Amino acid sequence: MVANPTHQTLSVLVENRSGVLARISGLFARRGFNIISLAVAPSDDERFSRVNLVVNVEETSIEQITKQLFKLVNVVKITELHPAEAVERELLMMTVAVGSDQRSGVLELVGIFEGKIVDVGGAGLTVMVAGDPDRLDDFEELMRPYGITELQRTGRVALPKLDRSAVPRLRYQGKAS
Amino acid sequence: MKMTGAQALIKSLEMEQVEVVFGLPGGCILPAYDPILDSPIRHILVRHEQGAGHMAEGYAHVTGRPGVAMVTSGPAATNLVTPLCDAYMDSVPMVAITGQVSRPVIGTDGFQECDTVGITRSVTKHNELIMDPDEIPLIVRQAFHLATTGRPGPVLIDVPKDVLQAQVEWSWPTDDDVSASLPGYKPTMKGHPRMIKEAARLIGEARRPVIYAGGGILKARAAEPLRALAERMGIPVVTTLMARGAFPDDHPLCLGMPGMHGNYTAITAMQESDLLIALGTRFDDRVTGRVDSFAPHAKVVHVDIDPAELGKIRQPDVPIVGDCRQVITEIIRALDGSGTGAPDLNEWRARISGWQERFPLHYDSHVEGDPLKPQYVMEVLRDSAPEGTILASGVGQHQMWASQYWRFNEPYTWVNSGGLGTMGFSVPAAIGAKVGRPDRTVWAVDGDGCFQMTAQELVTASSERIPIKVAILNNAYLGMVRQWQEMFYEERYSEVYLSPDLPDYVKWAEAMGCAAFRVEDPAEVEPVIAKANSIDDRPVVIDFRTDAREKVFPMVPAGAANDDVVVHPSQKPTGKKVVQ
Repeated sequence: MVANPTHQTLSVLVENRSGVLARISGLFARRGFNIISLAVAPSDDERFSRVNLVVNVEETSIEQITKQLFKLVNVVKITELHPAEAVERELLMMTVAVGSDQRSGVLELVGIFEGKIVDVGGAGLTVMVAGDPDRLDDFEELMRPYGITELQRTGRVALPKLDRSAVPRLRYQGKAS
Repeated sequence: MKMTGAQALIKSLEMEQVEVVFGLPGGCILPAYDPILDSPIRHILVRHEQGAGHMAEGYAHVTGRPGVAMVTSGPAATNLVTPLCDAYMDSVPMVAITGQVSRPVIGTDGFQECDTVGITRSVTKHNELIMDPDEIPLIVRQAFHLATTGRPGPVLIDVPKDVLQAQVEWSWPTDDDVSASLPGYKPTMKGHPRMIKEAARLIGEARRPVIYAGGGILKARAAEPLRALAERMGIPVVTTLMARGAFPDDHPLCLGMPGMHGNYTAITAMQESDLLIALGTRFDDRVTGRVDSFAPHAKVVHVDIDPAELGKIRQPDVPIVGDCRQVITEIIRALDGSGTGAPDLNEWRARISGWQERFPLHYDSHVEGDPLKPQYVMEVLRDSAPEGTILASGVGQHQMWASQYWRFNEPYTWVNSGGLGTMGFSVPAAIGAKVGRPDRTVWAVDGDGCFQMTAQELVTASSERIPIKVAILNNAYLGMVRQWQEMFYEERYSEVYLSPDLPDYVKWAEAMGCAAFRVEDPAEVEPVIAKANSIDDRPVVIDFRTDAREKVFPMVPAGAANDDVVVHPSQKPTGKKVVQ
């Protein structure tokens, strides 16, 4: 377990209303909190969305960030995910400018990282890798010499690690009954 | 029952028992002004939308009920931003209603369009743009619920013109509908039992305890349990600028106001304490001075309804989230339950009375031919005030003298802008206070700089027959800025001189329908105030010509430690702390 992680993931269940994301980003801007990445998606209940925030906790305590977030009326539930207690994944897509002579090296790396080639052009390849965010950093580093022309990452999504012995139960309030 | 959205809006306000709306109509809010004519709700037509907001705040401060302001879109909404922010900083319950351009026009830069919910998001507890006319009653109920529960605050409702014109089927939501519609909103009222017990234990063990009472005491209607706790244990109490009146100033346990211009004893007792019992307060920088040297030996019990305040500035030893009224009552019960008696605090009280004797509030007496001493004017105003007088103030030196020299013996008699420090607050806030408590005398103490910012609302007061009284401490300067330039900028006075005669305050006040007087001679202070107190059919303004050289003491310079409080020069030899 990491003693003092520099970042932490918050899984925030919010009401599915217009302006909620602006409320969250506005709060972070105003209070001087730092967002490292942010991903939003509908949850399994149409009334709610799930916002995954990776926040920098070097300058501000996760406690203060969580409490301030909770003051937003549209925030329903916040789960703090310590890096050691969460399963985190991220998706990366990247275009590399490689001609046919260099492709084998790229293909090899994509294979090692369990990625996929999603597009092929005359002067390059677009590849996709999903996985642990640290591994994506490594992949990016290794691909850099080939000439990255486009890069997009989704920001991490995370769920808590499961208790191996527990029986299944609902994870959050507000779930449709 | 079918009705228009506008009718549903006004009917919703009636259902919320709104008795008065402060506002000013315009294009987009026009439809809502028609049903106002048929409503029992009193509408007070202001002269500037900022005035409507501060009036709503003043009304809320003295009644505890949410103040309501209603204005149109665009510039009217932006004029409301200052009062919204003021109410947000001071946790004042308020509901603001703004008109908006019709739904199809939103986002096209229509005439008088602005992104009101976007602009006000960070200065409201919550805001909502109504896009579905049928949601009007629910959103109004939500707004009043949010504004008045948990940590109170301003809530804004933005209503497009075509939503007001649409036909709706009237239905008033139930309490259950409201809570079901706010799944993320559940304020904690009751303190955690283990923490309550722990707080009671620390209180029983402390030998130098101080109760640090904040505005939350007033918001929670907790003045009675506060007094019971203080008396039960014999613990001295400081009342912050927002809490003046929450504990009687004439009580033997009252130490007065702490902070940058607090009195020496309140500041020093906190510094020397071994336990701070912080109730409904947020360790504001004006109270703590330099945080790392604030009350360095004290353990902290911190009670607040807003969990985010616990540990925001100072890590408490015992954090308790809850409503002050409930939690204090629970703490007293825990003390009773464990049979904790009042500790022997004689030594502590002796030290405190030593400071009180040595460092009372002090100012130089008047010298023949000099302008009036502003502190003297405050003393006479205080001593001449009818029982139960409500005092409002602007922001600056006069505000500090008002807080220092008034005797607040009753809650909800002090209306001021603490957190935001809004110059121009006092005249409109006093009007709102007088509307809420027409049975009380309401005095606004103002500076000449502040008065010029919102004086036009005296026209509102005259035409609506709201007889407030205004004492301008006219020193012809932006006095607090002048004080800082004198003390910290080597007397290099930059852009602080205003002139005592321009404008002519007496003529100006008379032009606005007020009775007006000018006082320059100390002998006239008392009789003119008595005359003002006897006028009850229109507002009164007194232009007191005061001494610009007077500074507010004590003072903890910005960024300094509270131990380095600067007392009045005559109270030297030491500006450093005096600790036996």
